[in-house]
Amino acid sequence: MAEALAPRSPLAALADALAAVQAEGVTLAEQPARARLNLRLDPKDAEALTAAGAVLGGSLPRTPNTAATTVNGKTILWLGPDEWLVTGPAAEDAALEETLRGRLEGRHHALTDVSAMYATLALSGPRAREVLMKGCRLDLHPRAFAPGACVQTALARANVILHQAGDVPTYEITVRNSFAHYLGTWLLDAMAEYRPA
Amino acid sequence: MLWIDCPWCGPRPETEFRYGGEAHIARPEPAATDDAAWADYLFMRTNPKGVHAERWMHREGCRRWFNALRDTVSNDVVAIYPMGAPRPDASGDEAGDD
Repeated sequence: MAEALAPRSPLAALADALAAVQAEGVTLAEQPARARLNLRLDPKDAEALTAAGAVLGGSLPRTPNTAATTVNGKTILWLGPDEWLVTGPAAEDAALEETLRGRLEGRHHALTDVSAMYATLALSGPRAREVLMKGCRLDLHPRAFAPGACVQTALARANVILHQAGDVPTYEITVRNSFAHYLGTWLLDAMAEYRPA
Repeated sequence: MLWIDCPWCGPRPETEFRYGGEAHIARPEPAATDDAAWADYLFMRTNPKGVHAERWMHREGCRRWFNALRDTVSNDVVAIYPMGAPRPDASGDEAGDD
């Protein structure tokens, strides 16, 4: 008999450690499951861009290394010149995919539901930047990396999508499931020096 | 650490990239090519001392391919240009820095 499988976070094994973490000036938490759609469009197809923007409530960011938040509560991360990651509340997953697919019908595009492929960790606080700097080679200074910046890079050798969601600073680190436990463990270790005495 | 200027993402460390070998090698039509010419296409490379045209891919970033001119003596990246574009003129940079 078919058995319904309950969704399980790839960070489930770290849940206790994440709940117990104490550090001064930096917090780490797994973000609740969310809808993630990988959208590829020809950037020269203005009508397709407009159609996708109308569904999402804001235009797709065209500037490399940026993200946009729309009036519909979606966050659109720039992944490449013709590729975006659309994220939104998990409950809207199927509906969003269907609506987008309907609006892009007949246009050259690719839309893939990748919700279950990633986990997202939020690293926040005045010392969040210092923690990231231990494993990221990019310049994260505010003059180079401000709220709204979004890059794909390596963090502690794991491939991540790093999005600065707030100026606290708050970073959202989206990582593939298979690297999530490793990266979570690495972040906990990197935060250890800020543990209160 | 060599920094490579990804045409989309900007300067990124070399470790984010994948090297794709020499650029501008046209694949001959297999049926109309003899073994010697096919072997030449498969295996023989120019291997210059100086400016070399090569393909790179930003593996950990935007995952797009592009061409680069790199000086094999100084390891300077002389030019970055899109796939499909002809090799730009790199005169004046041939000798490298050292």
